[in-house]
Amino acid sequence: MQFELVSPERNLASLDAASVKVPGADGDMTVMMGHAPTITMLRPGLLRVEVNDAVQEFVVTGGFAEIGATGISVLAERAVLKDDMTQDQMDEMFDEAQDFYQRAKDIKSDGAEIIDEAEKFLADLSTMSSELGLKIK
Amino acid sequence: MPNLKDLKNRIASVKSTRKITKAMQMVAAAKLRRAQEAAEQSRSYAERFDAVMGGLASSVSGSDSAPKLLSGTGSDKNQLLIVLTSERGLCGGFNTNITKLARKHAQDLIAAGKTVKIFTVGKKGRDQLKRDYSDMFVGHIDMSEVKRMSYSDAQTVARDILNRFDDNQFDVATLFYSRFQNVVTQIPTAQQIIPFKIPDGYAAADTLYDYEPDEEAILADLLPRAISTSIFSALLENGASEQGARMSAMDNATRNAGEMIDKLTIEYNRSRQAVITSELIEIISGAEAL
Repeated sequence: MQFELVSPERNLASLDAASVKVPGADGDMTVMMGHAPTITMLRPGLLRVEVNDAVQEFVVTGGFAEIGATGISVLAERAVLKDDMTQDQMDEMFDEAQDFYQRAKDIKSDGAEIIDEAEKFLADLSTMSSELGLKIK
Repeated sequence: MPNLKDLKNRIASVKSTRKITKAMQMVAAAKLRRAQEAAEQSRSYAERFDAVMGGLASSVSGSDSAPKLLSGTGSDKNQLLIVLTSERGLCGGFNTNITKLARKHAQDLIAAGKTVKIFTVGKKGRDQLKRDYSDMFVGHIDMSEVKRMSYSDAQTVARDILNRFDDNQFDVATLFYSRFQNVVTQIPTAQQIIPFKIPDGYAAADTLYDYEPDEEAILADLLPRAISTSIFSALLENGASEQGARMSAMDNATRNAGEMIDKLTIEYNRSRQAVITSELIEIISGAEAL
């Protein structure tokens, strides 16, 4: 199964994968050959690609995945190899999310959808960081 | 007739100009290659994105719940023109061609009774449009600090524009930039980005997809990204066009300088010879008079 990871600036990976675990918006899913055509949003999490015996993991913070019968393309605005992920990058992402959350709270009243989303995003980020063994500020 | 010293100075100054234009041409050629690579590499994201957007948008656009970014505000009274130009000059007709197209659109819209607002990215476009349309300017983003165009630069522009849209400052937004064809041809292009237009050829998806969470939620999330993506590819195309235009403009300038040097050198030699001849005549006639 063809796996493609694309960012707006360049192609990050193109692999012949056995299976890909995607952090979908409604929950993780593992995609293998012959999966039903699906388009899913991504939440911050780990993208786990199995190539033969090796495993490659990427950190993604959003975007979407297009799953076809013969392949999967992940379009992410930001994706980093798990081993390249540093505390600094984590801090930066968290700051951005925190900033967005604050701005949403300033503009909209409580209970607005956008605030819930920002809260969920922050929660997903902290889950991801603990999975990576990184600290959250 | 200019004297010898003037001619000599003139030749020296044209020679140094030629050196500068030659250097600029070579720098532009190197930058062009990088800009083209960047444009090439971003294409695959944009294409996949458009394909997904096309399928989604065509299935949702009929319904009442379609987001405003797709269906429009129901009016086209307030028009925003987003003009992308370069930060530096000396690139031939590059900036003029873009502003000319924008100006034509602005005049047509004004004639049709619409309200026109202008948003510029890049100093040159702002300078050129300011003369006639200074009262229509609503914003400007400076890119002179940007060395290498990145997606976050496009996001900055997109965020600014989307905030204005949420604020009901305009109904329709059109992007003006130059599409890169080759080194000698750049095509000034107008592209409507709000309401989002489904790109040609992607109107109907050929596979039926399952959507998670659901079509509307995905579309609401993707539309702002689609705007960023459009702006990003426009900025990259513009970057390549600018370098291409500069390269051919500087090539011309270098050639012109070469021709001028040849001409001046001939003139210099002629007058030097004339001076020698007249000196000789003076000596000979002086000797004869003795």
